[in-house]
Amino acid sequence: MSAILPPSERLWWKHPLDRVEGTWIVISLIWCLVMFAMMIGWHVYGRQNLSTETYRTTPELFTKKTQAMVDQYTVRTETDAKIPVVAPPAGSDIYLIARLWAFWPILELEKDKTYRLHLTAMDYNHGFSLQPANINIQVVPGFEHVVTVTPNKAGTFSIVCNEFCGINHHTMVSRLYVK
Amino acid sequence: MTATTYRTCPRSGLQFESQAEKLMMVNAVTAVVVLLVGGILAIGVVLTRWPAVHWLAADTFYMVLTAHGIDMLIFWIIFFEVAVLYFCSSTLLRCRLATPKIAWLAYALMLIGAVTNNVAVFQGGSSVMMTSYVPMMAAPAFYLGLILFAVGALIACFVFFGTLVIARRDRTYQGSVPLVTFGAITAAIIAVFTITSGAIILIPTFLLSVGVIQSIDALVYRTIWWAFGHSSQQINVAAHISIWYAVAAIAFGAKPMSERVSRGAFLLYILFLQLASAHHLLADPGLSTGWKVVNTSYFMYFAVLASMIHGLTIPGAIEVAQRRKGFNNGLFEWLRKAPWGNPVFSGMFIALIGFGFLGGISGVMMGTEQLNMIIHNTIYVPGHFHATVVVGTTLSFMALTYFLIPVLFRREMINPGLAKWQPYLFGLSMYFFCLVMMGAGTLGVSRRHWDMAFSGSAMAYEWPGAAYLLMGLLGISGIASIAGGAIYIYITVGSVLWGRRLDEGARNPTFTPIPRTAPTLVAQTYGSAGFAAPGTFVLAMVFLVSFILYYFINWKYLSQVWGLS
Repeated sequence: MSAILPPSERLWWKHPLDRVEGTWIVISLIWCLVMFAMMIGWHVYGRQNLSTETYRTTPELFTKKTQAMVDQYTVRTETDAKIPVVAPPAGSDIYLIARLWAFWPILELEKDKTYRLHLTAMDYNHGFSLQPANINIQVVPGFEHVVTVTPNKAGTFSIVCNEFCGINHHTMVSRLYVK
Repeated sequence: MTATTYRTCPRSGLQFESQAEKLMMVNAVTAVVVLLVGGILAIGVVLTRWPAVHWLAADTFYMVLTAHGIDMLIFWIIFFEVAVLYFCSSTLLRCRLATPKIAWLAYALMLIGAVTNNVAVFQGGSSVMMTSYVPMMAAPAFYLGLILFAVGALIACFVFFGTLVIARRDRTYQGSVPLVTFGAITAAIIAVFTITSGAIILIPTFLLSVGVIQSIDALVYRTIWWAFGHSSQQINVAAHISIWYAVAAIAFGAKPMSERVSRGAFLLYILFLQLASAHHLLADPGLSTGWKVVNTSYFMYFAVLASMIHGLTIPGAIEVAQRRKGFNNGLFEWLRKAPWGNPVFSGMFIALIGFGFLGGISGVMMGTEQLNMIIHNTIYVPGHFHATVVVGTTLSFMALTYFLIPVLFRREMINPGLAKWQPYLFGLSMYFFCLVMMGAGTLGVSRRHWDMAFSGSAMAYEWPGAAYLLMGLLGISGIASIAGGAIYIYITVGSVLWGRRLDEGARNPTFTPIPRTAPTLVAQTYGSAGFAAPGTFVLAMVFLVSFILYYFINWKYLSQVWGLS
């Protein structure tokens, strides 16, 4: 007569359902299907979908590409570490290195313009957490992730590393400008 | 066959086989000791993340956080779950435990593994967090400890399966196993999958740490590790939902509304729950959108459907039982007149509501492919899993312990007045703790982060004032829930050590089979066409409306961030 005893009716699977249960199952199933359709629908109609374009890469290869961008488009340097601020043209491929414990270089983008942002980690896993927009992407070593981004607000943004990467993890924070 | 005895508990009517009884006690007591260690570590975590206190140094903080995560999420819960598995097989089916010596071996391996892993962490060279993502490496003993523990737990699962075979062969019951045992079978099947995945990834990582192999792909590691890391928490879901059914049966004599529906929901868990490890990989490169969408949604949210079913049928079963006792006035008299002073019931019910409203809803948000981008690796994530694993699992285990102290440990509970309040203090402060973490996560605050002020960085980001306020509230509510946990440990350890001994009941050299229960009139007519639990249905609709509203609020929030494609 209870959940801790064997079912009193041997043929319990023939037992009719109560309407409370039947109704709830139908409602829940519909809601589950709505949520499933929502994810697919957002790929069709929504504007925020994470790209899956990925290439294998090595620190040397990725550094070379990043360095080429820095050499061509640096507009100034910032902080004592003289981190280059790079303003590549709209629509171009832009590169961001995550390594212990810094992002390099600083990117300066234009509002409402689209860029192909290439992300990789040189050593451990890192996190790309764009604040205060609050966009969070995992950065995995060995993989070059190409994300198409379109900033919709001007201002100074911060990139916070939000994947634990060692003792100075909390100092791994950088900027990104949108004009 | 070795000689054993069977004791019938005079308070509950349950029959305990002496070997199984000892193993349950030892596993449960070890679990509580681990909970104590994890709870002490929680003080360090909470007081460091509370910005105004910011107690520990960075290296100590990451070490303490690693140990807290592993002790709580793996060791405390699985030790307790092994006790639950033995209870659901040997005790509920009234049979002897299969191969008790091997069960002791399983316990020894788990204990050695847990100690080895903890020693490695506290030596300081293994502050790699529970996830230990390669190429960041811990000491070999870190992985070795986890592997030994996993092997032990796997053996315990097979002792459980063997016990089911013995019960069937000795005909200790007729018909189908009880629903609670069925839920435990679900948990054990998930555990086998989980532990195998853990072995597949942790053994090569151990070999990497000792230099036998040269490298492990970072993304392959993440993919397989999460089949262990997330699935281990799915064992908990199946286990604590079984406990909820058990508590409903113990405290109310409640019968499942329909065996077919409840078992069907457990079957959905077996089929689909494991896909959820994709939740952790939604922000990763390299995995296709199709893979992410199908897996993260447990193939069209079938496991969410299962949880929503359990969330209705358990309170529904209680409502039906209460209404039969005459609490028939209005929609909610059955709930108002429930034994709110009994910690077995109150703990279970606070766990159920918190697991559904806080853990369940937030879990679906994070598990939605696109919404994950505004949540991934923020402190929203620990907000979610404290609602599932602490409010859901840990509080359910606490509630079950209050039942087991007189029944299994044969002791009168010390300080029952304090026990009455413990689930409220622990559960409600944990509710608040989870909510403020989710709030801070919505503002973007990172998880696993020593200093939200970024001291020492030239380009520090200034979090909004609200984020600091929420992290301060996290500190206060965290300390309140740690106090609640401390009371639980005081009561359980105190009762087991110096509680008044209770009558152990008659011992027999043979088992007494479970008598065949004739289908009652109620059982035959019950539920055929009625609307047996209207109050529960109203509560379920409240849940659904909150779920839908919060779901679309998050989409609205997402639609305002940068365009990404």
